[in-house]
Amino acid sequence: MLPSLVPLLPTENDWITFDIPSLAENFWSATFDGLTFGAIYALVALGYTLVYGVLNLINFAHSEVFIVGCYAVFFTLSGLGFGPSVPRLDIWAIILNLLLALVLAMLASALTAFLLERIAYKPLRNRNAPRLVFLITAIGASFTIQYLIYLWRGPSPELALTMFRPTPIFDVFGTIIDSQQLVIIIAAVIMMVATDRFISKSRTGRGIRAVAQDPDTATLMGVNKERIIVTTFIIGGLLAGAAALFYVMKIPSGVQYSGGFVLGIKAFAAAVLGGIGNVRGALLGGLLLGLIGNYGQILLGNSQWTDVVAFVVLVLVLLLRPEGILGTSLGRSKA
Amino acid sequence: MYRKKVLTSLAAAATFSMLLSACANQAGPGTTESSGSSGKVNIPAISKVDVPAGAVKPAGDGKATCPATTTLAYAGAQTGPNAQLGVNIFNGIQLAIDQHNKANAGCQVQFKKFDTEGDPNKATGPVTQLVSEADIVGVIGLPFSGESKATGNIFEQKGLVHITPSATNPGLTGNGWTTFFRGLGNDAVQGPAAAKFLTGKLGAKKVYLVQDDSDYGIGLGTSTSAGLGSALAGTEKVTTGQKDFSAVISKIMNAKADAVFYSGYYAEGAPFDQQLVGKGFTGTFVAPDGVKDDQFIKQAGDASSNAYFTCPCLPGELIPEFASAYKDVSKGSEPGTYSIEGYDAATVLLSGIDAGKQSRADLLAWVKAYDKDGLSKHYKWDAKGELQAPTVYGYKVENGKIVPVGPIGE
Repeated sequence: MLPSLVPLLPTENDWITFDIPSLAENFWSATFDGLTFGAIYALVALGYTLVYGVLNLINFAHSEVFIVGCYAVFFTLSGLGFGPSVPRLDIWAIILNLLLALVLAMLASALTAFLLERIAYKPLRNRNAPRLVFLITAIGASFTIQYLIYLWRGPSPELALTMFRPTPIFDVFGTIIDSQQLVIIIAAVIMMVATDRFISKSRTGRGIRAVAQDPDTATLMGVNKERIIVTTFIIGGLLAGAAALFYVMKIPSGVQYSGGFVLGIKAFAAAVLGGIGNVRGALLGGLLLGLIGNYGQILLGNSQWTDVVAFVVLVLVLLLRPEGILGTSLGRSKA
Repeated sequence: MYRKKVLTSLAAAATFSMLLSACANQAGPGTTESSGSSGKVNIPAISKVDVPAGAVKPAGDGKATCPATTTLAYAGAQTGPNAQLGVNIFNGIQLAIDQHNKANAGCQVQFKKFDTEGDPNKATGPVTQLVSEADIVGVIGLPFSGESKATGNIFEQKGLVHITPSATNPGLTGNGWTTFFRGLGNDAVQGPAAAKFLTGKLGAKKVYLVQDDSDYGIGLGTSTSAGLGSALAGTEKVTTGQKDFSAVISKIMNAKADAVFYSGYYAEGAPFDQQLVGKGFTGTFVAPDGVKDDQFIKQAGDASSNAYFTCPCLPGELIPEFASAYKDVSKGSEPGTYSIEGYDAATVLLSGIDAGKQSRADLLAWVKAYDKDGLSKHYKWDAKGELQAPTVYGYKVENGKIVPVGPIGE
């Protein structure tokens, strides 16, 4: 066993060292990139949090709801002539194309989430299956969708899609924030705020909170529980579809059958970090996880550390605050 | 009702932010194009290479006889993320065997392929199956360094000779294997040549080295960084299968590097270059043989025009008789990286079979003692299985095609 480990450590540079000068030098670019990723995590995390809030179910198949959105983006944009090269279109045409891709991705993901709920979870609910069965079904559904895509598209990633050439906008302490980062962060935050307002102010939102708090009483008060559940899945799907567009914008070659898996785990971690079941917690958790991962990999000098650092921090936070940072459940959130 | 509002505001949000990018796009025209030429040197392409006059051809003298069961095998990637490199090789082998069998009615050599997906973890299965088939007397493969390392012992135990047409990790010949032969220069040759190419012909002052986590990428990265000396601006690692390179790219941009050397395969190299150029990098992108493939251009798009390659391989497309015959086998595509090395390696084994070396032990002894020219170079191995006097070629991307720029590192 031991000899096979030796080549893994060819130089002393492979030992863990903290590269503080590098972090200082790259601090701002790491911050903005981290926020960009964090915003994407947070959008996906909302899907986990909402479903957990309503059903106490960790919907592991949500990562596949997301990846279906990525494929919708891929097929829409490559059908419209986008490819690895920067498109030679004027900016209005690009915006129109991207909006179309956004809408189709949101619809595709929402439809996937809807079908998932109808086919995988509703029959179990009708039979009053124990919660563990739901969890196993979620994992099974995740693998099923993932490998259906594998059989259809094969193991290789799809061709990269460049949507537009990012152009510098601001200069913060010598680090350039480009249009791509700005589009993703702003659009994602606006969507999350809109979701938050929807949950706290609208009639359906009130229904969601009521079901989360006490499903039986909510039903007695005239809330249509089944409809609320389906709506929750669809909202999660819509947000995952939007996240898919931003994800492909950020990582042009990221459309692959297994592409949702790690992102899904991270979004789930973001939801747990912020406090699962809590809409604002998902936003906070997502942004934090994005930042921590990015700082960590620069501090440790190697991009392979991103996930390690993110999850170590997650474990540490949960040791101190098992309910997550914001910690309140969806039902009790007054916001 | 409220749901409608939410949808409207979602759409409004998206529109707003995209408008923002629109204004930005119009505000800064030319920021990317104008600086494109800074520090770039244009190295002219070459249009012909010299072929050794007495090169051994697979056809032989046409009088060979062998049992109908005599089989050569290819083990390596046929599918998987880097499949194209394997396809180039087995098409070259297929061509050699076709030419041999056409000329020698009395000796019809069979050809079998075993798919490893280029993955060290998956390679042991197909190779174990391969060595157990007694009819297989010689093997061309495995193409990649990681999988070669994982399977060398299996060949050794069965005394089955195998010539790798493309695995370049220097450590492979240090394992004491007697059945392993390398049909090209290793990375201890390629790395310093690449370093010389970067700082010499390409005039790079600050080179950022990015390596993947494969045996090949690490080995080549190490030998290149040694050659770069003070021109090395920094080193960064990426992972096989990595999709997002933004952190690496920020470091490169902040270090103001004028060239990047990517030590790895095209599956990661293409998206990396694509994202690098997308972030406004205007320097040169140099990558080794594992990236030198048309798939790189296809996957990186316009971004690939900043790319140069180093490769201990000969531009087979410049040898007209080879190139035209190859197209018949490959359904029209030009010879790719290592097509000619695959062809030459198969020729070495076929000439042994023709000379009556039709058992595993005899063929192994034949390769050990081999001392003749092939189409790409002279083949004579030392005791460890390394070739003597290999050459490294430089290549560049020109108008969406990979063209050779001549030998480098001399």
